[in-house]
Amino acid sequence: MDAVVAEIAIALQPFKKGDIAITADTDIAQDLNMDSLAVMDLLMELEDKFDVSIPLNMVPEIATVGQLARTVIESKKGA
Amino acid sequence: MGLLDRFKAQRELHAQVKSCGADPFGVKMEKILSATEALIEGRPTILCGSNNYLGFTFDADCIEAAKETLDTCGTGTTGSRIANGSYHDHKALEQDLADFYGMKHCMVFTTGYQANLGAISTLAGPNDFLIIDADSHASIYDACKLGSATVIRFKHNDPADLDRRLGRLANEPGNKIVVVEGIYSMLGDHAPLKEFVAVTKKHGAYILVDEAHSMGVMGKTGQGVVEHDGVLDQVDFITGTFSKSMGAIGGFLVSNIEDFDILRVACRPYMFTASLPPATVASVRKSLAKLRANPGLMQKLWDNVDTLYEGARAAGFTVGAQKGPVVAVHINDPALAARAWRALLLNGVYVNLALPPATPSGTALLRCSVSAAHTKEQLQSVVDVLSGVGRELGILPTPAHAVAAE
Ligand SMILES: Cc1ncc(COP(=O)(O)O)c(C=O)c1O
Repeated sequence: MDAVVAEIAIALQPFKKGDIAITADTDIAQDLNMDSLAVMDLLMELEDKFDVSIPLNMVPEIATVGQLARTVIESKKGA
Repeated sequence: MGLLDRFKAQRELHAQVKSCGADPFGVKMEKILSATEALIEGRPTILCGSNNYLGFTFDADCIEAAKETLDTCGTGTTGSRIANGSYHDHKALEQDLADFYGMKHCMVFTTGYQANLGAISTLAGPNDFLIIDADSHASIYDACKLGSATVIRFKHNDPADLDRRLGRLANEPGNKIVVVEGIYSMLGDHAPLKEFVAVTKKHGAYILVDEAHSMGVMGKTGQGVVEHDGVLDQVDFITGTFSKSMGAIGGFLVSNIEDFDILRVACRPYMFTASLPPATVASVRKSLAKLRANPGLMQKLWDNVDTLYEGARAAGFTVGAQKGPVVAVHINDPALAARAWRALLLNGVYVNLALPPATPSGTALLRCSVSAAHTKEQLQSVVDVLSGVGRELGILPTPAHAVAAE
């Protein structure tokens, strides 16, 4: 889990606000100001990084980096 | 919190755009003068953003056909096809389109948006997969939300990326439907359909192509990119609209799939909305007949595309990578794009201001569209006005001699 969060944090660097570290509790829309298009692009990037499928259907259920990490881990299990 | 408070981001963006001096999303056409001209703010204005690719909105034969049908069939159907029945021309138009594409079946919808909404949400079931281009039109995204399939997005116009994503689904038992467009409405580029079809077949998937902006525009007879790329016989579904090259409104789905007609009692955006007014259907039948009788109409369009695309490029603008009737002039800063849009309008040229998130990758666009009904002079003056505005706002470099003279 921590390793996946760390990987996601790297992918989120361009959206980082100031010096505030990205953790599992970071809220993707509120803390990072990402719009829905940016979130969908992030999912695509993570699909390639982890070689999994992350359906767009998951988007409404992903608010925090931690939830995103769990989604990635679940998809890896399914694969 | 008020009901509409959550639209804060949209409100801010809209306010920022309106500060250019007008509302780009609320333009009033005081009088339509022709397929290519309207009165806006009291000024005769060249319409260069209306997707009226063949200029059929003011075609005398199409108007005549619509008028006759208005007299004989009335103003509307006041209900859906399943409730109020099909008029003769609904069926006839479906037959015309099936013939045009050499497909067995056709269903006509009330808009192109609904054609995508209906086709995509109904064809893919809860155990199936929709694999859609990242830059898909809103109607395709909305169809995914309406339906129950699992949705995966692939990189725009990238067959290798599609291959990779389909590969990851190899062990999933559900059907897979790939969804792409012919010409893309914002940047005007078109899909590499040959490659997409090959990848799709390799993975045993279906492919649906939305030819909204390419029917009546590409291919020898105007079937679209499917014809241009020679893959018509290998695509499973084609959707399209009558609101662009056909000059009216409505949408369609054609296919060879067995048992097609079951869709008529399963597809909600077909079943639960009123069918097209008969006069509209008559004008579309006429537009399609005229295109089929004279595909040379498209040559005039492409000659005009040359004038605008090459003109804008020669003036120094960054335009879309592929030449076509959607000419996207890139202005990277949305506020600057809005000012340029306003200056064009003040100088008698109407184009679309396209802003993120409706545009791919955060670009702002002055989205122009070319019509076969434009005269060379009109398009030359669009290029001249664009160039003037571009220099005035510092989008284009000021010519060296002008700087030296200061
Ligand atoms: C690619 C694409 N598909 C579908 C549509 C919807 O067409 P209509 O205007 O008929 O609803 C449009 C146009 O808005 C479009 O650009």
